[in-house]
Amino acid sequence: MSGVEETLNESVDIKEDKEFDVEAEDHIGDDYFVDPTRYLFYRDRKEWADLEPVPQDDGPNPVVKIAYSEKFSDVYDYFRALLKNDERSDRAFALTAEAIELNAANYTVWHYRRVLLQALSKDLREEMRYITAIIEEQPKNYQVWHHRRMVVEWLNDPSEELEFIADILSQDAKNYHAWQHRQWVIQEYKLWDNELKFVENLLEDDVRNNSAWNQRHFVISHTTGFSDPAIVEREIQYCLSQIRKAPHNESAWNYLKGMLQDRGLSSPPGLLERVLELKETHCSPYLLAFLFDCYEDALENSNQKENVGEEERKDILRKALEICDLLANEKDTIRKEYWLFLGRSLENKSGSRGPSDKPPEPSDPASGQQEMS
Amino acid sequence: MDGVPTPLRCFSERHPAEMFADDGVDSVTSVEQRAVLRCLFVHFLLHSTLLREQHYQYLKKGLRHLSDAYECLDASRPWLCFWILHSLELLEEPIPTAVASDVCQFLARCQSPTGGFAGGPGQHAHLAPTYAAVNALCIIGTEEAYNVINREKLLDFLWSVKQPDGSFVMHVGGEVDVRSAYCAASVASLTNILTPKLFEDTTNWILSCQNWEGGLSGVPGLEAHGGYTFCGTAALVILGKEHMLDLKALLRWVVSRQMRFEGGFQGRCNKLVDGCYSFWQAGLLPLLHRALFKEGESELSRQRWMFEQQALQEYILLCCQNPAGGLLDKPGKSRDFYHTCYCLSGLSIAQHFGNMDLHHEMILGKEENRLVRLQCMHLH
Repeated sequence: MSGVEETLNESVDIKEDKEFDVEAEDHIGDDYFVDPTRYLFYRDRKEWADLEPVPQDDGPNPVVKIAYSEKFSDVYDYFRALLKNDERSDRAFALTAEAIELNAANYTVWHYRRVLLQALSKDLREEMRYITAIIEEQPKNYQVWHHRRMVVEWLNDPSEELEFIADILSQDAKNYHAWQHRQWVIQEYKLWDNELKFVENLLEDDVRNNSAWNQRHFVISHTTGFSDPAIVEREIQYCLSQIRKAPHNESAWNYLKGMLQDRGLSSPPGLLERVLELKETHCSPYLLAFLFDCYEDALENSNQKENVGEEERKDILRKALEICDLLANEKDTIRKEYWLFLGRSLENKSGSRGPSDKPPEPSDPASGQQEMS
Repeated sequence: MDGVPTPLRCFSERHPAEMFADDGVDSVTSVEQRAVLRCLFVHFLLHSTLLREQHYQYLKKGLRHLSDAYECLDASRPWLCFWILHSLELLEEPIPTAVASDVCQFLARCQSPTGGFAGGPGQHAHLAPTYAAVNALCIIGTEEAYNVINREKLLDFLWSVKQPDGSFVMHVGGEVDVRSAYCAASVASLTNILTPKLFEDTTNWILSCQNWEGGLSGVPGLEAHGGYTFCGTAALVILGKEHMLDLKALLRWVVSRQMRFEGGFQGRCNKLVDGCYSFWQAGLLPLLHRALFKEGESELSRQRWMFEQQALQEYILLCCQNPAGGLLDKPGKSRDFYHTCYCLSGLSIAQHFGNMDLHHEMILGKEENRLVRLQCMHLH
């Protein structure tokens, strides 16, 4: 598979419509002496003469047949030969690097390289240097990061990791593989100490970096947790401060909600008021959605509380439905169907009958096989 | 759609107002987003016709021959088969019998002697090409196709990649993430080798991937992401456990991924639109619709999914088609078979609402734009 997002497709950068083809070898006949730095196919190398290359078995009527370059076919014909014989040698090890360069997504080659690393007791420090260089060239590939993880595990040495990953993130602050590797290293080797600071620096650079917000959540949930009211208050302040700077930053609003949702959005005292205040000067569809969530949460909790009167409940419901309408019809129309559904659903749950934009239909789960295929 | 062409959303008066509000605060995220919008504005002036013939020629050729630009997918050739066959299926283009047979024989060569399918002949088995191969064979649907799969060995392979914590590695000695659970569940279900024991603890592992954002991440702890969210959710649907997710939180997350100006979907919050998410993200809405219905939700629409179907169709048709055939991520990007498959899949979802009893179509542009209706879970 090519990967998921950057991983599902961007690790594969297909430039099909090349503007021009570059001729590989221009110097035919020019050199009287054989240039030792000139590329020689494996089939022409003396040291490989003992090995019979294995052509790919695509069958008599191939499909999705790739027009491999001569170099590609040659290298992989020899790779297949090595694999067939399970050859464990330095020349095999060297060839895996060539095969990787031609297609770094070939997981069979990577697996074989790891077998050789162990069988030949190769220098793992050198392998770290190698994999560092490869990742810098191709940071959106699954295999390279997995390989690095294996080497770090074998060495049991994470000392280079945070700095290395920081470097990759400095080139693409949202690289999913990089963050995955970073979380693994931090958790495995308990390197939590400076991570919150690292996150804050990234958020200084780009307050909209959702990966950094996620990392913030990751660090806090695995260290102090979100139960301590002082921590929660600190985080609320942080969010609101970022929101004041950039009100249309969805990440900050999602973080605020995500952090509070388990305990209930109406639980931090004064939060609703603070948000209502912000509404006057820093409104956004995200603020309105957050308000809706606060009201919905208040309604849900009011079921348990006796001091919330019927009038107050009706008022909260009215405000919530008003926001749904506003979002559906004016402020967040791309999500109209969703906001209308939420409004209907809330009304239905709260037991009141209000105007809705569709004729009331009997929802009859018993009518036939209601299967979503 | 009753003969009167629906005015394009992108020409409405309100549309320009939906352009990105950057609050006067620049950052990498907002700069990149603005660049995309500038580029898109021009594209919204085009007409909304699905270039069927061009896509067909592109797919037909690719099924046989690919340029050396595809060397980077040499370990994903069953994927190429799947993406192309599925696209042809959506376009309702028949697969000639000889071609179908050739695909069967090729995929047979990709099957590992120890079970499962590999990225190419002679390579090691891997859950992703296994998913692609099995699904491609199901699209072909002939007896020859079904007979290719060695079901006993496939089960051995699935056991060989199963982990004690319920997750699966993608291949022996490989990495774990939620894609593997989906690939495993899909092929096990399609070939009828699914047992509860095989997926013991898998449900809990997948559930642990739902995060504070409401979506799912690749592994627990990471950012919510469309591709992984689809894989995790669809896997749970296959296992009959989707109700264990926080469906409301997931619904909020996924609907929020539709871009108000572009109409297409982003993969993660504050990232850019990409045509392939027309499937990974929008494809969640039918799954959630059904899941909520099964949970007794009475207020679901009987006509529409909970995303803006017209806007998505506009994005795909106006911005994601290569005039020479094939579809793509966004204007300026190259076409490829992966995007062709998932843009078309997303287009189909946006055109068709329904279940066994209900079916409501909403075709943007000409009737000829209509694609075959997808069946949610297994994509065909």
